[in-house]
Amino acid sequence: MSTQTRGSMVAQSTETQVETQPPAPRSRDNAAGRMGDKVFAGICLGAGILILVVLAGVAAFLLRDAVPAILASPEELGRETSFWGYVWPLVVGTLIASGIAIVVATPVAIGIALFISHYAPKRLSQPLGYMIDLLAAIPSVVYGLWGATFFGPLLVPMYAWLAENASFIPIFGPTYSAAGRTLLTASLVLAVMILPIVTSLSRELFLQTPKLHEEAALALGATRWEMIKAAVFPFARAGVISAIMLGLGRALGETMAVTLVLSQGPLTANLLNAGNSTIPAEIALNFPEAFGLRQSELIAAGLVLFVITLVVNMLARAIVSRYKEFSGAN
Amino acid sequence: MSKSIEAIDLNVYYGDFLAVEGVNVKIEPRTVVAFIGPSGCGKTTFLRTMNRMHEVLPGATVKGQLLLDQENIYGSAVDPVRVRSKVGMVFQRPNPFPTMTIRDNVLAGFRLNGIRMGRKQADEIVERSLKGANLWNEVKDRLDKPGSGLSGGQQQRLCIARTIAVQPEVILMDEPCSALDPISTLAVEDLIGELKEHFTIVIVTHNMQQASRVSDKTAFFNIAGTGKPGRLIEFDYTDKIFSNPTEKATEDYITGRFG
Repeated sequence: MSTQTRGSMVAQSTETQVETQPPAPRSRDNAAGRMGDKVFAGICLGAGILILVVLAGVAAFLLRDAVPAILASPEELGRETSFWGYVWPLVVGTLIASGIAIVVATPVAIGIALFISHYAPKRLSQPLGYMIDLLAAIPSVVYGLWGATFFGPLLVPMYAWLAENASFIPIFGPTYSAAGRTLLTASLVLAVMILPIVTSLSRELFLQTPKLHEEAALALGATRWEMIKAAVFPFARAGVISAIMLGLGRALGETMAVTLVLSQGPLTANLLNAGNSTIPAEIALNFPEAFGLRQSELIAAGLVLFVITLVVNMLARAIVSRYKEFSGAN
Repeated sequence: MSKSIEAIDLNVYYGDFLAVEGVNVKIEPRTVVAFIGPSGCGKTTFLRTMNRMHEVLPGATVKGQLLLDQENIYGSAVDPVRVRSKVGMVFQRPNPFPTMTIRDNVLAGFRLNGIRMGRKQADEIVERSLKGANLWNEVKDRLDKPGSGLSGGQQQRLCIARTIAVQPEVILMDEPCSALDPISTLAVEDLIGELKEHFTIVIVTHNMQQASRVSDKTAFFNIAGTGKPGRLIEFDYTDKIFSNPTEKATEDYITGRFG
């Protein structure tokens, strides 16, 4: 309604203009501008809708193909338990691997990011930043090969030591894998893989801290570390949480590296020996030979992973919005 | 308590570039001194050397002496962090910490310096500082709201409260009213008049009326041309500078003949 009235008013004024001064290039420009506005708004709306459609499509596909396995009885599945009995050890394995990865990677990533943004001299910080970005460009299959053939064996002496001295903690021993192809190795490889994304996002955020806030802290007699605590961290908090969640999302869904590194098996508390598995690795290993109900079962496992990732993202959103009032955006 | 500041043959550099040359000036305790002059003449640069904020920028250095009650703050054994907790600074644009409440903003100087205190003592400091900044009545019911939710003028007075909370010897103000409306400006100027009972105040301003309203003495800085260093041209009582300046350049500037 209102746009129509405005449109007609503009049309009227153009008419009067035409009478007084024949060529009216300004109003023609405006008309083109309005058209461009509409086209651009349409493209944006379309893109937004497309994302929703794709997401809904994936969810619908997963649901349709997963339902038979979820509803099937243990006899039909050919195992002792129902689908849930099958999937929960995989969920636990996935969460443990991603959890260890994020716990190991986050402090290192934030440390590197801070070093690059606030401590290193410019000559050093630039190449260091590029190198971190390069880490992100390594294909995951290469990480897998590196983890299985080099990094895993490298960790074996540490595993042996842990099994000998720390086996009173159930996750360390008493037995250990002589090949190093364990869930702990896989977790550490995942940690290296998500390091670049968390680091480079955090670095960007740290660099964007307003000079004004940094100087406010310094002028109050803050040391560099105190200034970082008072000005840099609060400013970057929401963004760093998002970066960590992005890293977690990557760790949860990482397939190739875990498949190659981990010598899979049933769920076990001992992280130093073969065993355990994650949802993506389980799917990747078994899907080529799966058909019928088994295929449906693997798709259902994929659905569970999809839900976990969704929940993780929603949690991140909730955490970020809790600090909204204090974000400085108002 | 309040201290005097004296610059002796002070040269300020950005890398190899000499930005301010040969400043000699003595500022008495419990007075307000205004720095005026055209843009780029080095007023702000010189101001920032007075609490060693200048050297935060990469490559920025200072030669010469700057005495805070006889003690050279550029002495080799002096920690810049300690200087800054004695010489507070208010910036051109209000910069309360956005993630902190009004209360925490006032206490930020103590928190940063790792000083712990009881709730009662903290309350007293918050009230005293906010009253000192003429802000208490406006915010006393919303101390737990974010400082960034206040108006620009209130934010600037919050920054002043944050600065005076730690009881500095000297307060430096870098065009504190340039982002404020006339009413807020008046509030800050009134405040400066009250603050000088306890603090030495140095204020950079582009507004000559403001300089004449708030300051006891005025320093006029000028620059011979682009690429040349800024210099202190004249430093005298504000009345004298604005009525009967000694230097021709000062007279030209204050009468609006250039700049």
